[in-house]
Amino acid sequence: MTEEKELFACGHRACAGCSEPIAVRMILEEAGPNTIGTICTGCLEVVSTGWPETAWEIPLIHAAFENSASVASGVEVALRQLGRDDTHVIAFAGDGGTFDIGLQALSGMLERGHKILYVCLDNEAYMNTGIQRCSSTPLGTSTTTSPAGTYSIGEDRQKKPIGAICAAHCIPYTATATIAYPQDLKKKVRKALAVNGPSFLHVLVPCPTGWRFSSEETVELARLAVETGIFVLWELEGGNLQNIKVTKKPKTWRPVEDYLKQQGRYKHLFKPKKRQDVIEKIQQDVDQKLIELGITKET
Amino acid sequence: MTKMTIMGNMATALGAKLCRPHVIPAYPITPSTLFPEKISEFIANGEMDGEMIRVESEHSAMSAAIGASATGARVCTASASQGIALMHEMLFIASGMRLPIVMAVGNRALSAPINIWCDHQDTISERDVGWLQFYAEKNQEGLDLMILAFKICEDKRVLLPGMVGIDAFVLTHTVEGVDVPDQKLVDDFLPPYKPEKYLDARTPITFGSFGTPEFYQEFKYAQVKAMEESEKVIDEAFREYKKVFGRTYQKITPYRCEDADMVILTLGSMSGTARAAVDILREEGKKAGCIKMTVYRPFPGKELIDVSKNAKVIAVLDRDITPGLGGALYADVAAQFVNRTAHPVILNYILGLGGRDIVINDFKEIYDKSHQALEKGIQNPVEWINLNKEIL
Repeated sequence: MTEEKELFACGHRACAGCSEPIAVRMILEEAGPNTIGTICTGCLEVVSTGWPETAWEIPLIHAAFENSASVASGVEVALRQLGRDDTHVIAFAGDGGTFDIGLQALSGMLERGHKILYVCLDNEAYMNTGIQRCSSTPLGTSTTTSPAGTYSIGEDRQKKPIGAICAAHCIPYTATATIAYPQDLKKKVRKALAVNGPSFLHVLVPCPTGWRFSSEETVELARLAVETGIFVLWELEGGNLQNIKVTKKPKTWRPVEDYLKQQGRYKHLFKPKKRQDVIEKIQQDVDQKLIELGITKET
Repeated sequence: MTKMTIMGNMATALGAKLCRPHVIPAYPITPSTLFPEKISEFIANGEMDGEMIRVESEHSAMSAAIGASATGARVCTASASQGIALMHEMLFIASGMRLPIVMAVGNRALSAPINIWCDHQDTISERDVGWLQFYAEKNQEGLDLMILAFKICEDKRVLLPGMVGIDAFVLTHTVEGVDVPDQKLVDDFLPPYKPEKYLDARTPITFGSFGTPEFYQEFKYAQVKAMEESEKVIDEAFREYKKVFGRTYQKITPYRCEDADMVILTLGSMSGTARAAVDILREEGKKAGCIKMTVYRPFPGKELIDVSKNAKVIAVLDRDITPGLGGALYADVAAQFVNRTAHPVILNYILGLGGRDIVINDFKEIYDKSHQALEKGIQNPVEWINLNKEIL
């Protein structure tokens, strides 16, 4: 950690154990104060910008929900026109603002080639409005609009492959990261800010409130997501998915059950009756994904 | 000064070029498309600095405009109809953040049914978003009002965005003679935009805060006060424009209203037809006058009362409709007079929707109908003109 002042200050109103402020602090630590941020409507905006206070020690603009990418596009072009383009531009958005309502603006930003780092802070549902499902919500997750029930396993669709969608725009740099691996995350921020064009960083941010786990387990859940292969840490230069490089491989891969059973959003898979079929399906999906990434569990 | 024979979109594009915007985020839409085409051409030929952002939607056009303006750049864009409707939420945010973005509009009807021709529904529907609104009668006004809009909107007493409407096809695609001012004169009239607060890493501030019930209302009040303040700034800018460029602008421009029994209130390109109709009515011994409204927001209520208070009737022409009420302009005008003990009868005529032509005979009909209402009592305060009942 550096001696410099925090660029995302204490006093914000995030829930205890929220991993978004942790991720933002790490990212800004790497980016430094010569950075302009844009954020979309959501948890991060609500907890950090309540007037007359702000948690942001960098210049920041929040406009609306679906357009962090297009607001950032305007900032980036303006900086160039005004001769201030040594300033980094980082667009932050949640998973709702990225996977769903903001996908069009994001695609436009990537396609136009703006020099912007876009960071998706993914807590896998609309947490700010009360845990509704999103296209980022994984199979089998119980949310308030995909509740588990007699006839429901919870969310019945797969998580949208947002990283591959962004990489398919042939942008210079795409990566995934999580707060359990700060050095990996910061290295990726450094690389992303160095490329001459758009970069996309998909950060998994465990949410104690929405995932229903105890607030001291945030980092542990983030690590478990990686160790089970639920969330693989990788990076990619260019648009060819064959070139994905996995940046973190655990010594031993743990079963997905270890990750699922720690979270209330999956408790219906264990009680009143264990849903072995769903757990197996989730395990198979992970195994298949690892094979596609060229990973064999023995290595 | 150069005399050019150009279409309305070219006039607003040239007006924008003369203002030296840094960033122009735009998305093509009929009938405004020529604007981004011309700006692209100016930049491609090195006639203009600044950068286009070829966004993927109008929503992103306004979002990028907000980002760029908050960073301290001078920003303009152009749109119409569905495009403005798609921008709707961002228009509130531009004014709420006090960003002096200027938008050229080719005023066009809204779907459904889809229609690319002129009416004022697109911008009239945005009357509550906190933008200044200007309407041009002819292409010259389109050019001049772009320059004036930047001057007024960027004034520290105002700091609000503004839109300049030119009627779809009637102006956007119609060629007229336009005096294009010299760049030097425009540079003197409109110095570079130097905001006091903007996104700058040296002095970090947060734009777009969360406003709780303890604070939200005061933000809105301050914004409304700035809109009120703009009334004075508009008059000053119009006076200075006259001095520098020789052309006269007023919030409302009365024509033969001094002794008129009936005044007809118009917006946009129909205003010229209204003056021609008034001349004919006068020849027939009918005491008609008309008023062209150039500034619609802030609403020029005081000026309107001054000019029309002695008339027996004000006929308000709306090229828009608020279903279940009547025309929006009608409601605005009625609100100005409602608390006065004596005031003219206020009648509303809906016409010219979706590009239906507005011709001199329509004004004659409006005169006759209004006269009849005065004599025999008001049957219906909101009448539709030139409605083809056979296809209803």
